[in-house]
Amino acid sequence: MIEASDLSKRYGDKLAVDALTFTVRPGVVTGFLGPNGAGKSTTMRMILGLDAPTAGTVRVNGRRYVEHRDPLRQVGALLEAKAVHTGRSARNHLLAVAATHGIGRRRVDEVIDLVGLREVADRRAGGFSLGMGQRLGIAAALLGDPAVVMLDEPVNGLDPDGIRWIRGLLKGLAAEGRTVFVSSHLMSEMAQTAEHLIVVGRGRLIADVPLAEFTRRASRGTVRVRSPQATALRDLLAGPEVTITGGEPGVLEVSGLRPEVIGDRAAAAGLTLHELTAAEASLEEAFMTMTRDAVEYAGATEGAAR
Amino acid sequence: MTSAAPPATTVAADARITGLRVVRAEWIKFRSLRSTLIMLAATVVVFAALGLGFSAFLADATIEPGTPAPPGGPSSLDPLGASLGGANLAQLLIGTLGVLLTAGEYSTGMIRTSLAAVPARWPVLAAKAVVLAGVSLAVLTPAALLTFLGGQAILGDQGISLADAGVPRAVLGTAVYLAAVGVLGAALGALLRTTAGALTSVVALLLVVPGVVSLLPESWSERISPYLPSQAGQALMSVGGGGDLLAPGAGAAVLAAWLLVLLGAALFLLRRRDA
Repeated sequence: MIEASDLSKRYGDKLAVDALTFTVRPGVVTGFLGPNGAGKSTTMRMILGLDAPTAGTVRVNGRRYVEHRDPLRQVGALLEAKAVHTGRSARNHLLAVAATHGIGRRRVDEVIDLVGLREVADRRAGGFSLGMGQRLGIAAALLGDPAVVMLDEPVNGLDPDGIRWIRGLLKGLAAEGRTVFVSSHLMSEMAQTAEHLIVVGRGRLIADVPLAEFTRRASRGTVRVRSPQATALRDLLAGPEVTITGGEPGVLEVSGLRPEVIGDRAAAAGLTLHELTAAEASLEEAFMTMTRDAVEYAGATEGAAR
Repeated sequence: MTSAAPPATTVAADARITGLRVVRAEWIKFRSLRSTLIMLAATVVVFAALGLGFSAFLADATIEPGTPAPPGGPSSLDPLGASLGGANLAQLLIGTLGVLLTAGEYSTGMIRTSLAAVPARWPVLAAKAVVLAGVSLAVLTPAALLTFLGGQAILGDQGISLADAGVPRAVLGTAVYLAAVGVLGAALGALLRTTAGALTSVVALLLVVPGVVSLLPESWSERISPYLPSQAGQALMSVGGGGDLLAPGAGAAVLAAWLLVLLGAALFLLRRRDA
């Protein structure tokens, strides 16, 4: 359980995190979603006590992180893959971290196997690829068998195999009743793993919703209808809540009616349909729409278009 | 490829932070980096080789009184100063070792892993100081003793005895001074958080500042110079004082004060700053 309350962080005159209040619950994967620069990493650093909040508090399992006597058992975190001394082997890195809590060699070997680094465990971490670095960071996060697992952009640098592995791992950890908090700037990635979403932009909370709710909001789309009797169909469907546009001949883009309603009415009127498709807005589009105003670093072309 | 099986639990229920465990973690870090081991070995080799070399130089009968010491050599060409004279250069190596131990964590990003594991923070730096001081003393005390004995053997009849007054203290004092310079480097590394900046500061504090002070009017330099870390260390490492040096006990106290102030400042900022 992570509870942030009015959490804020100011760097100079830039408010990186602006009065965030949210709760991350155990048992599900919670996605922490937002464009680059939205304050996700800063928030995670404050959860771990690496950065001090300018205002507000954040508690993990009921206490501030720094107040725990066994922090590695409370929170396992991967904030950046390269938070490792480049000259040290993966195994020695893990042994040193584990030693602070009296966690032994057996557990270190266990997490090395778990993340699939056995063959390279005695090589210098400086020579690791980004993907291997991510795996090492995840191994370190799991050392204390923590109640909360918090990962910042964990799929960065992973190959498709690794991405699939991470999704399974996160779901498995949540199924065991742990709190799993994962950040990403990719909606598509979150749609694959998260059950709940906390969306931020420019340091502010934009949404705190179950994924299903987010999807429902996103799917207020249009229905594409193709018919040889398009004109008759248009007259049939017209109504106050309905807008109909027609791009190409014989095709109507209808919004305001469910596909099944359109099909039923057409059948009743004896009109032939060749196509009836619900064109839902993609989650990615919904996310973009939601965060458009909050995008910190919009591309130059996009900026010019607005 | 691994399966996504949940981690089997072999974490003991009493897994939590203790001071001793943090020290053990720092010891693992210390011994698992080639750079720190190389710097420690280099400190010993340079210290011993130069001490024996200076002793041989002094043993050379053709030396005229007043001959300047070899570059990097001891300030006084007496049997004790010559055999322990390698400390002048060795202090830079062990100071570098101290800097690498702390600033190296900042340059690689390791510090965030260290501080997330021990969020109270101060035990991390304290344990680094304990490990560095402990390892340095354990290695340098025998190194200083053997180098002294070797130097006196080279000097033969001109040599002095370990039993002479003040000599055991000077030999042990050399190991203590070098260990102290290592901790001083670690404190500066933690304060400045960059390897280059901290190394520059170590050199400045040990070599440049004493040089600058010696250029001040004598009434000033006499008053400041004995309290610099290098001169306080010199008081600890020499017999019979001389010049502006403090008494050995006072020198040790001044050296300890330097360490306390720098470590204290580093600990204070470590707690206050964002990592």
